[in-house]
Parts: sequence; structure tokens; C-alpha cells
Amino acid sequence: MDLKLGHYNKDGIEVVDVEGEIDVYTAPRLRELLIDLVNKNNYQLVVNMEKVEFLDSTGLGVLVGGLKRVRAHDGSLDLVCTQERILKIFRITGLTKVFGIHETVDGAIAAKKLEK
Amino acid sequence: MATVEVTFTPLPAHVRTARLVATAVARRSGVDEALLDEVRLAVGEACSRAVEAHRRHCPAEPVKIEMTDQGERFVVVVSDHAPTGTPAGDAVPPGANGYATGAGPGPAPGAAAVIHGADAAAMPAGFGLAVISGLADDVRVSSTSSGVSVRMSWPSAAPTA
Repeated sequence: MDLKLGHYNKDGIEVVDVEGEIDVYTAPRLRELLIDLVNKNNYQLVVNMEKVEFLDSTGLGVLVGGLKRVRAHDGSLDLVCTQERILKIFRITGLTKVFGIHETVDGAIAAKKLEK
Repeated sequence: MATVEVTFTPLPAHVRTARLVATAVARRSGVDEALLDEVRLAVGEACSRAVEAHRRHCPAEPVKIEMTDQGERFVVVVSDHAPTGTPAGDAVPPGANGYATGAGPGPAPGAAAVIHGADAAAMPAGFGLAVISGLADDVRVSSTSSGVSVRMSWPSAAPTA
């Protein structure tokens, strides 16, 4: 499977489920989805990466681009990820300091509510 | 010394194929399972960089990847034919020619630049190479007027008698 995307709203937060591999070939689809969600005024996003099997710098760029877009509207983009193989590239690049990374979708949503 | 060479049309869809082949050859060469994810990611980064360079400068030229079992090291070289010295996207950090040894996971190679850069969607030039340097303990980037070669290696099991 290359990349499978889905999204739903929970407690006012748009959750994006990502499954498969995010690389130079598939990342544009995720980018388009994030842009579309922001254009539809969804500025509180949680990207669930628990089923992501591969993530490279192109994927990081898409996530960073999404973060910048929501921040322009005082929004936020958090991640859900417990896989060490995926967290590694965030650590190598220092982006663990940039993204809120949570263990569960409910945990990410709860954290966002506390921020409000 | 066993060598597997793959050339592919510079299309993003083929980067995954290159990753899969490199991982399979690395496993066969005796690279530890714990390092295979790093091989996969590093090779993917190098191939993605080469594909983007070719799409910009020479879309009809194939990207080449050579994988060699050198006994105690598994070596991968990704070569492109995109001329260097052209703006954006060549992604060869200044002074990258010659030997550059990665020291494993380290400080953020430009995380601040990533966030505050002008383009919301693009990573800074050289970001992919910076990621590679965090994944392989031996990285060499050779840049000439006719293209760039990224050489990476990992320890592999010595051949048994």
C-alpha cells in the first residue's frame, strides 16, 4: 500500500488518519489534504501516524508546511506517533521540539483542550 | 565483492523500489536488522534528492544506485547527472565535497530554518543530506560539474569461512 488518508472531526478537532508510506511520491497527497482542510477553516489538526510505515524528509516538509499554515491562523498541528522507527527522523532533525507528539489521538485532543 | 546496480527513470514512484532493493541487498550482505531502517531511509533520501535534481535538469537521464558488499561494510552510492552550481534544490551543502563523517543522531540540522523558511512546503536545500548524515556513520558527497555522488556505508557481518 502506498498511502491511505482519512479524516474526521472529534470534539472540534480535525483528525487526519495516515496509513502507509509518506515519501517523495505520496507526500503531495497528504499536502493537498492538509491544504484543503485549512482552506475549509480547520485550524486545529491532529495527524495520526500510528499506521505510517515510512516517513522521509519530504513527508517532514509536508507536516512542517501544514504546521505553518495552521499557525498563520493561530491554530496547531499535533502528531500521534509511538513508533520509534518514525520518531527517529523527528529526533535526527530536531523536529521533536517543534511538533507536539502524543501517544494517542484522545491524548492529543485532551492536550489541545488544556491549551485553550 | 558483490555489486548490485540499479538504474531508474527519475520518477518519484521509483524511489520506493530503490529503497526496497537496497534493503534486500543490505540484509543479504549481513547488515544488522536494527540498521536496515536506517539503510532504507538514507537510500530513500539520496534517491529522492537525485530524482528531484534530474527532474529539474535532465529528466531523460536515469539515476544510478550501486550497492556493494565490501566484506565488513555495505556500501551504497547514489549518483546523479544533474549539473551542480545551479540554484535551489541541488542540495549539496557548502564544503560537502570529500569526506563527511556523520556522528549519528545529533543536533537539529536546521530545524529553526525549516520553520521560519520562506516556503511553507519546502525543506531547506541540503536537508536530505543532513538527514543521511544522521543515519549512516560514513557519508561522502562528491560533487563535480557533471553531477553528485552520495556514498554511504554501514557495517555488515564478515563473511563466514
